[in-house]
Amino acid sequence: MIADAVGAILLATITLYAMLGGADFGGGLWDLLAGGAGRGRGPRALIEESITPVWEANHVWLVFALVIFWTAFPDAFAPVMTVLALPIWLAVLGIVLRGAGFAFRKEVTSLPLQRLLGAAFALSSLLTPFFMGAVIGGIAASHVPANGGHDNLAAWTSPTSILIGLLFVGACGYLAAVYLTGEAAKRGDERLRVYFTRRAQAAGVVTGALSLATLAALHGSDPVLFHRLTGRALALVILAAVTGLTVLVLLTTGRLRGPRPLAALGVAAVIWGWGVAQYPALLPGTAVTLGNSGAPHSTQAAVVAVFAAAVVLVGPSFGLLFALHGRQVLTGGAALTGGDVEENGSPGSGR
Amino acid sequence: MMDPMRWGNAHALAAAHVTGQVIPARAQMATTLGFHIILACLGIALPTIVLIAEFIGLRRGDDTAMTLARRWSQAMGVLVAVGAVTGTVLSFEMGLLWPGLMRKYGAVLGLPFGIEGLFFFLEAIFTAIYLYGWRRLPGWAHFWTGIPIAVSGILGAMSVIAVNAWMNQPGGFTVRDGRIVSVSTWQVFFNHAAYYEMPHMILAAYMVSGFTVAGVYAAGILRGRRDRYHYTGFAIPFVTAAVLTPFQIVVGDTAARAIAHDQPVKFASMEYVPKTSTNVPEWLGGVFANGHIYGGLKIPDFDSLLVGFSPKTKVIGWDSVPAAGRPPLPWLIHLCFDVMVGLGFLLLLAGLWALYVWWRQRRLPRPRLFWLLGAVSGLAAIVAMECGWVVTEVGRQPWVVYRLQTTAQAATTNGGVIASLSVVIVGYAVLGMATIVILRMLARRWRRGDQAGPGVPYGPPDQPGQPVGQVQS
Repeated sequence: MIADAVGAILLATITLYAMLGGADFGGGLWDLLAGGAGRGRGPRALIEESITPVWEANHVWLVFALVIFWTAFPDAFAPVMTVLALPIWLAVLGIVLRGAGFAFRKEVTSLPLQRLLGAAFALSSLLTPFFMGAVIGGIAASHVPANGGHDNLAAWTSPTSILIGLLFVGACGYLAAVYLTGEAAKRGDERLRVYFTRRAQAAGVVTGALSLATLAALHGSDPVLFHRLTGRALALVILAAVTGLTVLVLLTTGRLRGPRPLAALGVAAVIWGWGVAQYPALLPGTAVTLGNSGAPHSTQAAVVAVFAAAVVLVGPSFGLLFALHGRQVLTGGAALTGGDVEENGSPGSGR
Repeated sequence: MMDPMRWGNAHALAAAHVTGQVIPARAQMATTLGFHIILACLGIALPTIVLIAEFIGLRRGDDTAMTLARRWSQAMGVLVAVGAVTGTVLSFEMGLLWPGLMRKYGAVLGLPFGIEGLFFFLEAIFTAIYLYGWRRLPGWAHFWTGIPIAVSGILGAMSVIAVNAWMNQPGGFTVRDGRIVSVSTWQVFFNHAAYYEMPHMILAAYMVSGFTVAGVYAAGILRGRRDRYHYTGFAIPFVTAAVLTPFQIVVGDTAARAIAHDQPVKFASMEYVPKTSTNVPEWLGGVFANGHIYGGLKIPDFDSLLVGFSPKTKVIGWDSVPAAGRPPLPWLIHLCFDVMVGLGFLLLLAGLWALYVWWRQRRLPRPRLFWLLGAVSGLAAIVAMECGWVVTEVGRQPWVVYRLQTTAQAATTNGGVIASLSVVIVGYAVLGMATIVILRMLARRWRRGDQAGPGVPYGPPDQPGQPVGQVQS
């Protein structure tokens, strides 16, 4: 079924956004919690350096997911954008504040302005994933009717939705802290490695607890989804739990290689667990399914083709970006210097 | 043309009564699009201008051009970030403000957007490599990482414009029992309006970017900063934009003639043609109210001549459709059209002036008037482009998808658009001002010769031992 393939593509783009863009939001969370200007300088500098060259490209996954959603599943898209309009507006507001705050902060020199813009960046990094989570929670908990109707506060303020919102924030913080632990280690900064290891552990425990709380809430509010999560999606739920625990163990023993891919895998397992549990419904509680949501076959085939083109064109480009970023070729900021280009370009030569 | 069936179903028009949310939703779309489109222009064309400067810098070993390329790319970093988030707002607004449009036609107009997503990815990725690769990538390698930005900027723009063109000339899909049953991506993308809308907007993007950057340096020259740095900073973007201006005028003329044929009521509003007739005069300026045109200069037969190269050409007036099928505010559409065309010719004149002086004396013009013209050329290009958008968008009303769906049918059923509109107006005013303030701060820092960015307390630690380049300001 081509509709299933498109559903998998949509879920894959959401997963990539969560694994990449989510960590950028998490960076904002740790920036927020880094303390005063003096104390927070080290972690903030590492966060800044890690996010700066990649966040815009990572952000495109969101736009791509949105476009696939409305193109391939318009009958699900329209009601979601109507019923859950308020949290989506708030998430959009957060996206604007985050991007603008982050870009502007780099270029201003006065400390109060840096603080103000930094606060805009960091606070919105907290609010945006929360509202996105609340939206997903509203959809998963069958609160979006097929005919749309009007925006509805109750659709995204149930305990389940709020918990999923918090879970998103926790997962973003967890991913970011695990990634940043690796970044600190790569730079040989032992102090920051320990700093982010502690935060990764704390975020891992909080995120794990939130996951269990969400499952418990679903047990009461949405037994169908709960039984599917503990039924046909059980393997993925277990995978998420196992990777989470493994990451915690690896972090505690100071291993550097495993945690990052495993943390990303854990987040992916949660997202696919949700997808498998909900399948084939797009709007649970309604008749709107993957195969029945308004787009003709030719459109869905075209979406598959566009995604294939993206894999071929965008995949290697991302590889190049991450490889250059990983070798610290993209450090120091664009034209922050008027100096000549270093000819040798050897990785890490500036450090 | 008089066949009522061609004028969309009476059904749709009957439903075209404007409900409470349509006006604020349109106002919000206009505000956010009108704001973003300036950044989009810079996103499409600024990389090319930076690359031209870098090319000159590398090829001729020109330190001034190199310094300009570096500084422009720093400004580009700010503009691209703001453009990325304001563009995201528009993507969400497609659903938040126009769920009716997306439910009915999402499967059609989504495809060009999907293709645009692809180019947006490439643009974002290579922009990052280009912007942050200045220090470590060797000269020409760095230059080449910028080429994909320029190319994907143009292809991405084509994709987005394809959607707008499709809304003006929808096609490429089959409907059965009120449902879309098949879509041809190719025909949707290359619809009947695409061939003139795409070049018109991409050229506009280059003109906006070129004249805007040039205007900054023309203003500096007016303030007495008559040095090689400022002349180079003016010449590179000005020449880029000025060379394209005559092409833009030809494309615009072609577009207007196509609109006279494809969307005659829009054209009738642009040119004040109340009644279908021959020997239609051209109105320059003038305000249409209560069935009269007040003020304005009337050139007999000229509109017919422009449309069909003969005074006998019949031009279709807005009387060809019932009042409910006409766009509101013909005076606004007409005046915006005149302002756009007028500014286009003013910019052409500026380019011709520079060309003439260069041809005779191998230098840029000296008169203060030229530099005044140069200083306002960016603003003029932006105003012209915004006016063009008013013409095409207001002129398409009451339709969102021409003759198929009214804007009222597309709008959200949610109340409270006025609240998001208020947030948008205040928020975008702050965002716009902040962007300008930040760019001015950058310029001040450059003038002081302070090359390094802020180091403490947030930024990455300063890297010692970086040689500081020539500063010529």
